[in-house]
Amino acid sequence: MRSSVYMRYELLRILRSRRFVILALGFPLGLFYVIAAPNRNVQNLGHSGLSAPLYYMVGLAAFGTMNAMMSSGARIAAERAVGWNRQLRITPLTAREYFRAKVVTGYVMCLLTLALLYVAGATLGVSIPAGEWVRMTILILLGLVPFAAIGIWIGHLLTPDSIGPTLGGMTAIFAFLGGVWFPITSGTLQQIAQLLPSYWLVQAAHIGVGGSGWDVRGWITVAVWTVAAAALARRAYRRDTKRV
Amino acid sequence: MSGIVLTELRKSFGDVRAVDGIDVSIAPGETVALLGPNGAGKSTTIDMLLGLTRPDAGSVSVFDRTPEAAVDAGAVGAMLQTGSLIRDLTVRELITMMASLYREPMPVEEVLALSGLGVIADRRPLKLSGGETQRTRFAVALVSDPELLILDEPTVAMDVESRHAFWTSMRAFAERGRTVLFATHYLEEADDYADRAVLMAHGRVVADGPPTEIKAMVGSRSIRATLPDVPVDELTGLPGVTRADRRGEAIVLTCSDSDAAIRALLTRYPAARDLEISGAGLEEAFLMLTGDGA
Repeated sequence: MRSSVYMRYELLRILRSRRFVILALGFPLGLFYVIAAPNRNVQNLGHSGLSAPLYYMVGLAAFGTMNAMMSSGARIAAERAVGWNRQLRITPLTAREYFRAKVVTGYVMCLLTLALLYVAGATLGVSIPAGEWVRMTILILLGLVPFAAIGIWIGHLLTPDSIGPTLGGMTAIFAFLGGVWFPITSGTLQQIAQLLPSYWLVQAAHIGVGGSGWDVRGWITVAVWTVAAAALARRAYRRDTKRV
Repeated sequence: MSGIVLTELRKSFGDVRAVDGIDVSIAPGETVALLGPNGAGKSTTIDMLLGLTRPDAGSVSVFDRTPEAAVDAGAVGAMLQTGSLIRDLTVRELITMMASLYREPMPVEEVLALSGLGVIADRRPLKLSGGETQRTRFAVALVSDPELLILDEPTVAMDVESRHAFWTSMRAFAERGRTVLFATHYLEEADDYADRAVLMAHGRVVADGPPTEIKAMVGSRSIRATLPDVPVDELTGLPGVTRADRRGEAIVLTCSDSDAAIRALLTRYPAARDLEISGAGLEEAFLMLTGDGA
């Protein structure tokens, strides 16, 4: 009961922070319309046999949710800067309850991002068979787990000043090497890319364009990143009791 | 049940010995002021008391428990020195959220009434004045109905009126038999609101006793005068003088009663001239007590 009240207020907080919500949700949505709308009639993008709006919608589903999830780090850094983190430490709130609230609020933002992108896609004529659509959504949500941990980790490591550029840089690298902007299909680059969680997040989203999802490597990579980032997040949280 | 026991507590940050071996015991129900200038080690001591900082050496016991166990049991509430409120929740929502973290919290309406927040309970932190923000932070500290309430320089950013209202609230809480420890660098606050004052300087406890005693100690004045050829021993015997020093032609008298001392000085030594009387500031008094001023 106690953690559900805490969680409810955490959610209320995030939904009330209007600027954050508008930017976090508006960014992928805006980007989608800017890229996809002028190409709405391209039905065979780069000889892939896919329509442009469909291709960009699934790409942005991966990119937008990755951003939304990791941006929880920026909120954590801001809370630490005003000393709120220390105030919570002198309550009985456990690390587990704290993490759970952060992860759940991150997922709420991701679900809103996906919902908006799906609706936006539909307005440009995107349609995906129901089965694929469900599979894609579930696998994206699973692929976001390591990003939830990474967000919490850097949130407890960095200051509000440094977290903006760090998040920007990290998501840019993750997106580039993960194949958000163009498909990575062979060579050394693909071998590197396959070691990143963003590659598998993009693969999850690409179920929507006929992709097959994850093979064993995918599951292992996502699991390893999750375990490692969660351990780092726990460590950073435990150490993070100093005055900032 | 014993209250708060700090034993041989030490904490360094690099070369700086923030807390350099302090022993303090606080009985349940006592209101104690932790007095000292900036950098005396007050906040570091409080951080260790709350389990936010691990001591290098020594031990902390809060009602026979570790600080962490006391915090988990909801026995401790604190208003930390640095810190502001999170935005996006009203005062009432914030208190309700914090109350949900405890097994037996104080009812939210009672917290709001005790901290004088009734009127502004539905406002968000960005709309609050400095004093209102501090009172809200006070309410956050009260929400667990703690056995031990810790306030780290709570009246910073408050005007005189808010200060008065704040201390009245604190008193009302202390009168429930709770233990209160507050850090301040205002001697008057210690004198007016604490049963006892613990003076810290350079990470050490330099005095510990009733505030009036501390006030007499640090609230002393000194008289400086040009008066050659009188032995220091004679001057020490003057009424109201606790100590006399010679600096060349000049003498410096440290006084417990400067009025009596100056009358006696001028009566016995009419040749004394260039008189100056100065109140020892808290800072100087600390330096004097720690022997760094010599």
